[in-house]
Formats: sequence, structure tokens, C-alpha cells
Amino acid sequence: MTLTEKILARASGRSRVEAGENVWVNTDILLTHDVCGPGSIGVFKREFGNDAKVWDPKKIVIIPDHYIFTTDRLSNRNVDVLREFAKEQDLPYFYDVIDDPHGHWTFDVERGQVKRQYGKRYQGVCHTALPRRGHARPGEVLFGTDSHTCMAGAFGEFATGIGNTDAGFILGTGKLLMKVPETMRFYLEGELPKGVMAKDVILNVIGDIGFDGATYRAMQWEGPGAAALDIDDRMTIANMAIEAGAKNGIFPADKKTFAYVDERTRVNGTKADYEPAEIDEDQKFFFDRVYDLSKLEPMVAMHPNPGNRALAKTLENVKLDRAYIGSCTGGKTSDFVAFAEIVRGKQVQIETYGVPATSEVVEELKETRMQGTPIWDVLVNAGVMMTENASCAACLGGPQDTFGRLNSSLTCISATNRNFPGRMGSKSAKVYLASPYTVAASALTGRVTDPREFI
Amino acid sequence: MRALGGPKTVNSSLKARFRNGFVHGSFWFTGRNSCEKCRLMPAKLTSPVYVVSDNIDTDQIIPAQYLALVPTIPEEYEKLGSYAMIGLPDDLYPTRFISEENTKTEYRIVIAGKNFGCGSSREHAPIALGAAGVDVVVAESYARIFFRNSVATGELYPYESRERLIDSVKTGDVATVDFDADTIEINGQVHILKPMGDVRPVIEAGGLFNYARQTGMIESR
Repeated sequence: MTLTEKILARASGRSRVEAGENVWVNTDILLTHDVCGPGSIGVFKREFGNDAKVWDPKKIVIIPDHYIFTTDRLSNRNVDVLREFAKEQDLPYFYDVIDDPHGHWTFDVERGQVKRQYGKRYQGVCHTALPRRGHARPGEVLFGTDSHTCMAGAFGEFATGIGNTDAGFILGTGKLLMKVPETMRFYLEGELPKGVMAKDVILNVIGDIGFDGATYRAMQWEGPGAAALDIDDRMTIANMAIEAGAKNGIFPADKKTFAYVDERTRVNGTKADYEPAEIDEDQKFFFDRVYDLSKLEPMVAMHPNPGNRALAKTLENVKLDRAYIGSCTGGKTSDFVAFAEIVRGKQVQIETYGVPATSEVVEELKETRMQGTPIWDVLVNAGVMMTENASCAACLGGPQDTFGRLNSSLTCISATNRNFPGRMGSKSAKVYLASPYTVAASALTGRVTDPREFI
Repeated sequence: MRALGGPKTVNSSLKARFRNGFVHGSFWFTGRNSCEKCRLMPAKLTSPVYVVSDNIDTDQIIPAQYLALVPTIPEEYEKLGSYAMIGLPDDLYPTRFISEENTKTEYRIVIAGKNFGCGSSREHAPIALGAAGVDVVVAESYARIFFRNSVATGELYPYESRERLIDSVKTGDVATVDFDADTIEINGQVHILKPMGDVRPVIEAGGLFNYARQTGMIESR
């Protein structure tokens, strides 16, 4: 069996499953946030009753992250709905925006978008925070009310996005009916050359197979090239499985995974035991292809979809109005470090926004130095508009007053994961997706730029 | 799910009829009420169609700025419907899906190309279409989560076509979907639709919750 089949077999109490079978799967973790949480709770209450109790409070993780730093009344209310539910159900893993369990969240526009406006528990982008807070474990099943839930496949678990109705069902039962997906294997060899990042790997693959090329399937990443990637890189790649239409993306768990997971569960006091799935000799793939990472060059996904691939060096005539770095896939500490390597000591030529994925990333950027200067200051000195208010922000547009939102027909290069029309705000805006290196180099020139010119 | 003595042709809103108690659709009710025993569904639906191209993502179906609306709150459900398809680029879609002065669409059938509903997992997408008055989408193919959410919520019937219809059909053409025969008739031509396959038992039960109750996964009420 493939990794996905093994995990789903175990989670459904069977010795074996085959692709195409429908099985009832037990959930290890259900993840939700401020945009889909209130609706999922609504379904749960409608179907199981107002006084119903969730199936297991310790298996529910609620991380508000989407529309937080906005004056939009409904968005602020949704955070309050989550708080009420967490109180009512006694949920230990609710990462509230504010510290007062009896308070109400309102964004203070007077204090502005840049300075932090959150309490001690607040995390930011759920997919980045989930493993950091010790909720990702190899061999487990994670369902989340967000399509980028597949990011946790980086930790050798089955992780996929679901809707509110499915989530409401899980809240009551802990189970979900799942079709076992066929697996596509991407066998990575070689090492990434200078200037090429994990983002280029996944943009290249999506360009190859098409952005519906993995619909209904699992994308399994294997080989020495996959083993050589660090955890952040694996997360970037697993995150964008959905951008090829996949149900999930998955890396085998290895020493790096165990070290990360063991440390995070220990620090956070979360469940520490797990049973990883190991690679079988006998695996059946729907598709199997070898990629030599050493041959890769910086890639861009052009407007209007993530599969619209081109080499960065061929797009130097594309003029840009804005650059953006942030989101689950592109707002990790390592992404900002890469960005800083390019812009250090220089000035960006276009409006450039930086939104760290989590509050922890904010701290790390302020504490970590690059040749004596904190990385945060390196970025600000180069002209990047950085906010301490970690969230999904303009990656998905959001309410009109969202930091970095494209409110008119701008052309933007972004380290995020999606570029459909209207994704980052105005439906007349154009978004080019690229690695943090390529976004940084492009910010310096005001046109799409191959970052190897600056390395 | 087949009609048991229901009306043979339905020109008005299935969902409106359901609300008025005429049609206890085994598929349409999960968003609102449930009716375990009554298994009446119209055999046919006739409506003008709205035609969209390939790769219509969930941001075009319901832009992210409206996601703060919570679908289980009735007023917000209606609001979501009024914004359905508002993210379609104006230059490519000069005919609005919902006309200026209305909150509902006149197009109960949407004809789409490949990969309809790609992008985010927001259940707001099938719900917005359903709340706007759409009953059926006929697409060449679907993105996984949109399809799943359509089935789980029972908001709309996600049919797949065997042929590419969007090149020969235009917005405003009148079509008839035959739920018994799995066909769509447009401009005098009958096109065969793919049967629902694996998810049929879930659809026939009326969505995920009813399926689970019928199969004993959760207690019936």
C-alpha cells in the first residue's frame, strides 16, 4: 500500500484498503478557523442539538487567522462565536486573538495595521501554527475546514480540506466517509541549485501535470531529494498539493520529522505518541515520475492560475506594481530569511508588503540577526512594509481594509499559493506566484526577475 | 431519489417549492429541514442556463470578502446567495448571473467546463449557488472539495457531462434536465450525463447526515 492507503486503512480499522474504496475514517485532529468555524458549529448544533457535546475536546484545534485585523463587524463577531463555543465545550486548543475569555474582539483602527494587536495565545495562520503548537504527528488523520490543510502532509500524515457540513459531522462523531485516493508518486533526486527553492519545485510540478492534474489523488513525495529537504520546504510543497487539485500531499516521516514533532509535542505538552506509516516495497501508483532537482530553475505561475508556468528569466518584460510575502506557504521564518538575503542593503522599487504567518515568526525575525542586524530591520530598512499582525491577510483578499489587499487593477508578484482572478482582492488585479527569492528580486527591479542575478 | 408520483416538469424553484411543502426532495432538504420518509422529487427541471468556462474557482463563485457571512444563519445564507458568481470578470461575462435589482438568479441550471469549483474548501461556494436559486450544475469535471460539499450539503446537484457543452450552448438557452434518464436537453439536442456513481447513495439519502443516519453511523432522530 502507499502511505496514504496505509494511514487510511489503519484509521478505518482495516488491514488493507484499495484506491477507490469508500471507508469511514476516524479523525485524529479536526482543525478549523474563523471563516469556516462558525458555520461548522452551526451545522453541528443544527444536526446534533443545541446541548450536544463534541466527540473529543482534545482533538479539536481552533486557530482564528483569516479576517482578524479588520473593522468588518461580522469578521470580529466570528472570532467571538469561536470563543463562546470553546468555552461551552471546554476546548483546550483554542488560540484566541485576545486573552480575556469573557471579552469581545474588536480591531482598533486607531492603533493601525502594523503594531501587534493580539494577546498571548494568538498564533496566526493555522497551517503554520498547527505543527508548531504540537498538533501534527506522523501516521495520523487530520481534517481541516481549509483547503491548505494538506500542508501537514509534510509530517507524514493524511491531511485534507473539508467543508462545514463534513466538519459539523466530525464534531459530533469523530468520523468521516472518505474515498481512498489513488496515489501519484513524485520521486525527487539531486539537490536544489542556488537560487531555487521548494516553491519552484511545486510550481514546476503543477505546471507539468496541470492545476487539475492530481484531482482526487494523493501526491506522494519520495526519494533522496525529498529526504534532503528540510521541514519548512516540505511544508511549502505539501501545501500546494491542492493547487493541483489533490486530496492530499504526503512525505514519508524521517529523522527530521521525528525531531521536529517530538520537540513540538514536548514543548506544548500535547499528545506525544504516534505510529508513523513506513514506505512499503509493494506500492501501486497511478502515476510515477522522477524529478532531478539540480536541473530546476526559478519558476513563476502567471495569472490566472497556479498551473500557468513560466521560467522567471523569460518574464523580465512583465512590469509589477506590488510585491507580497506571507501566507501559510510563504510566510514562514525561512521564507523571510531568504527574502532578506536578497534585499539586504538595497531598496525595493515597488510597494512591498510582508505578513509573517504567525506571531512566533514575528518574534523569530526580531531575534534572529543577519550580519548583526535583526532580520526584521533588514526588511524594514529595505523598504518592506512589515506588519506584526500575523494572519492570512491579503493572500485571499479578505475584507476591504485588509493589510496589503489588491484594491484595484494592480499587478502583484506574491510568495503565496493562489492566483485565480480576484484571489487577492480586486478581480481586475493580476497575481504572479513565485518563491521568496524571486519575489524579493522582483521587488528590487519592479519587474519579474530571476533571483540568481542577486545571489 | 427517483420521482414517486411527483410533478413531471418543474419550471419554478425546486427549493421554493420545497419550502412551501410541495416537494420534499430527498436531496434538497439537508440545508434546512429533513424528512426521512417522504421521497418525492420532480423528474425534470426546465430553466434558462448560465454558461461559464473552464476553471471557475471558488473566489469567482463567492469572493473571499463575503466569507464572514455564516451560512447556517438564515439572513446570512440569503445574503451569500445574492453575491453568487459576483467574482466573474465583467468583460468575460457581460450578462450578470443575478440581475441588478434581484437577489436571486433566473438561471437554475449552470453549464460549466472543466474543474468547476477549484480552489478553496469554502462550503460557501455551493451554498451561495444554492441560495441564489441554482439547482443543478452540469460541468465537464469538478474540483474535489466543491463536488463533495455539493453532495454533503445537498445544495445542488453536481452532474458531469460526457461532452463539452460550453462551446455549443450560450447563456439564456433553455434546458431541461431529466433526473430519471440522466440527460440534459438543450436547443433540441439531448446530451447524456454521467450517473452519480459512488456518491449516489449519499445523494439519495439526502446528504451526509441522512446517509449516516440511514446506515446507522449516527442515531436517527
